[in-house]
Amino acid sequence: MSVQALNAERQIWVYKQMLRIREFEESVKRSFTEHPGVIRGHTHLADGAEASIVGSLVHFRLGDALLATYRCHGYPLVLGSDPKAMMAEIYGRADGLCKGLGGSMHLTDVAHGFLGTSGIVGAGIPHAAGVAWAAQIRKRGEVVLSFFGDGAAKQGAFHETLNIASLWKLPVVFVMENNGYNVVTLTAQEDANAAAGEPLAIKAKAYAMPGVTVDGGDPLAVHETVGEAIERARAGGGPTLVESKVYRLSAHGNLIAPPGVPLHYPEHEAIAVFGRRDEYEAALRGDPVPRFRGTLVSGGVLSSRKADEIKVEVAAEMSAAVAFALKSPFPRLESALENVYA
Amino acid sequence: MAQLPFIAAIDAGIHQEMRRDTSVLYFGQNLATTENHPFVAAFGHERVRVTPISETAEIGIAIGAAMAGLRPVVELYMAEFMLVAMDQVVNEAPRFRYMSGGQVKVPLVLKAGFGFAAGWAGQHTGSLTAMFMGVPGLKVVVPSTAADAKGLMATAIRDDNPVVFLHHYLLTLEHGEVPDGEHLVPFGKAEIRRAGGDVTVVATGWMVNRALAAATKLAGEGIQAEVIDPRTVAPLDLETILGSVAKTGRLVLVDQAPRHATVAGIIAGDVAEHGFGSLKAPIIQVTARDATVPYSEPLEAYVIPDEQRIIAAVRGVLENRR
Repeated sequence: MSVQALNAERQIWVYKQMLRIREFEESVKRSFTEHPGVIRGHTHLADGAEASIVGSLVHFRLGDALLATYRCHGYPLVLGSDPKAMMAEIYGRADGLCKGLGGSMHLTDVAHGFLGTSGIVGAGIPHAAGVAWAAQIRKRGEVVLSFFGDGAAKQGAFHETLNIASLWKLPVVFVMENNGYNVVTLTAQEDANAAAGEPLAIKAKAYAMPGVTVDGGDPLAVHETVGEAIERARAGGGPTLVESKVYRLSAHGNLIAPPGVPLHYPEHEAIAVFGRRDEYEAALRGDPVPRFRGTLVSGGVLSSRKADEIKVEVAAEMSAAVAFALKSPFPRLESALENVYA
Repeated sequence: MAQLPFIAAIDAGIHQEMRRDTSVLYFGQNLATTENHPFVAAFGHERVRVTPISETAEIGIAIGAAMAGLRPVVELYMAEFMLVAMDQVVNEAPRFRYMSGGQVKVPLVLKAGFGFAAGWAGQHTGSLTAMFMGVPGLKVVVPSTAADAKGLMATAIRDDNPVVFLHHYLLTLEHGEVPDGEHLVPFGKAEIRRAGGDVTVVATGWMVNRALAAATKLAGEGIQAEVIDPRTVAPLDLETILGSVAKTGRLVLVDQAPRHATVAGIIAGDVAEHGFGSLKAPIIQVTARDATVPYSEPLEAYVIPDEQRIIAAVRGVLENRR
């Protein structure tokens, strides 16, 4: 199987979606300083994973489904969710995507195929397999994408689900975004394969499914790798484990503190915990967003002027989202008791 | 009407709904391993599947299938096996509708036996009902008759929420009249198993039988106990219990779980708050003694509430002393 290369127009679309994720996440991050107190709890950003997210979602069709983790802002933006409603959700407002009941960790947009997230590491992986069972029964060639991090690969839910998904040949693609850190623990400190210098994709071998590792900073490579896995799943060939290597450019999440302490984004763990400034600076130099812009501009696919125009357009879109969310009212108090039961 | 053992009545409920609705799935460990399995023969492997010993994945897959529009029934065999996957039961299944602002539904049934006080020792005998009843978004069903087992299972499958269906293992072979054809028992509607005006006794599962046996003996002494079986503890039909207490003024709660892990304690709190004016005596709770269920027969019997302890509690509440 080979995945058809993306034409110029689609490549520009990919770049724009990457930029939209980046700009959205920057807006979320700025909210902590520009609008203190507006975002509560714990927020996890997808900056650094844009190429992996968008490259994976190029193949998404109507009827397909996606489930992810608490680091969930990127996917719905690409699938077509309204950033205004997303930001309002993150601000806990009535116009939020989930009516202010879920927040940053639990964005859900069923109308766009985003069925939800679990905030418990690994717990959403079996949910994706269940959705894939439904797709298998319906026989419409629909596939399910399950996104999770490298840390989740040490959870029982991961191993139990990969076994069943392979056994039942479920149409699901497991995309493990390996960002090298489980919160503040290095992958090699908690993963036997990583410690042995093996790719984490090797775990697929235990479950008789293909396991591939891809440069998650290159959207075209991800497009091809995840595309092959999706084609295989659609054709009834069963699941694939894709290890997409990314570098999380922000810390795991914002500062964890009781009310009254201003929240902010601390320095990345590479610097704050391990003193590896060189590693972090190298990651910044490899930032997938400017990297892909460079590829498109130097390849003649996109002019610098057009690239700048896209940036301005996207910045305006996200600042409108912030303005909308700030104006959105808090939900009615009684709404806290709605939607407990169907 | 047919005389059916409890366990066959549950199967009849599942069968009824699988025949009626092709979106109902049934799966679990050691199930459907041959073509002769009655559910496989009737509905095929697409909808009836054997799973590995992977409770987290089994229940998690049920959640996903439910979000995608199907109605899975997971055969878990023993309530304790849900403990292996407690995150999926209490922190995944009941959360998604809420956290998504009502965008998804998670209609699934977790079928598990409990309370197997027949020499199964410490890890297969728990009465874990109260662990689930307070979780917003979950419904919890505890049938005590074969007819209710069928009708409550059918209702559980049709319900749009995750339902924990707990059947007491010592009732497995108890026969009872079960309605033929479509049979549904509503949630949140307690059944008065025996009417009486002197004292209200509330019990679930196998404890209903013990409460009824005690009530029969007490009737010989001229004491008329009203025995109420809530049938579902989430939702809980507090109205029927409060109505009975308003009449009798006395309440005995029987629960197979240890003292501080009971449904009884929850009901006692609600009655103390909302029915205090009716009470002529303090509420008495008859619960298991605070120990892991022991293996040895006389010890097991000592730990779990029996007829004598129920009778003593009723006499106590009538004499207005503790």
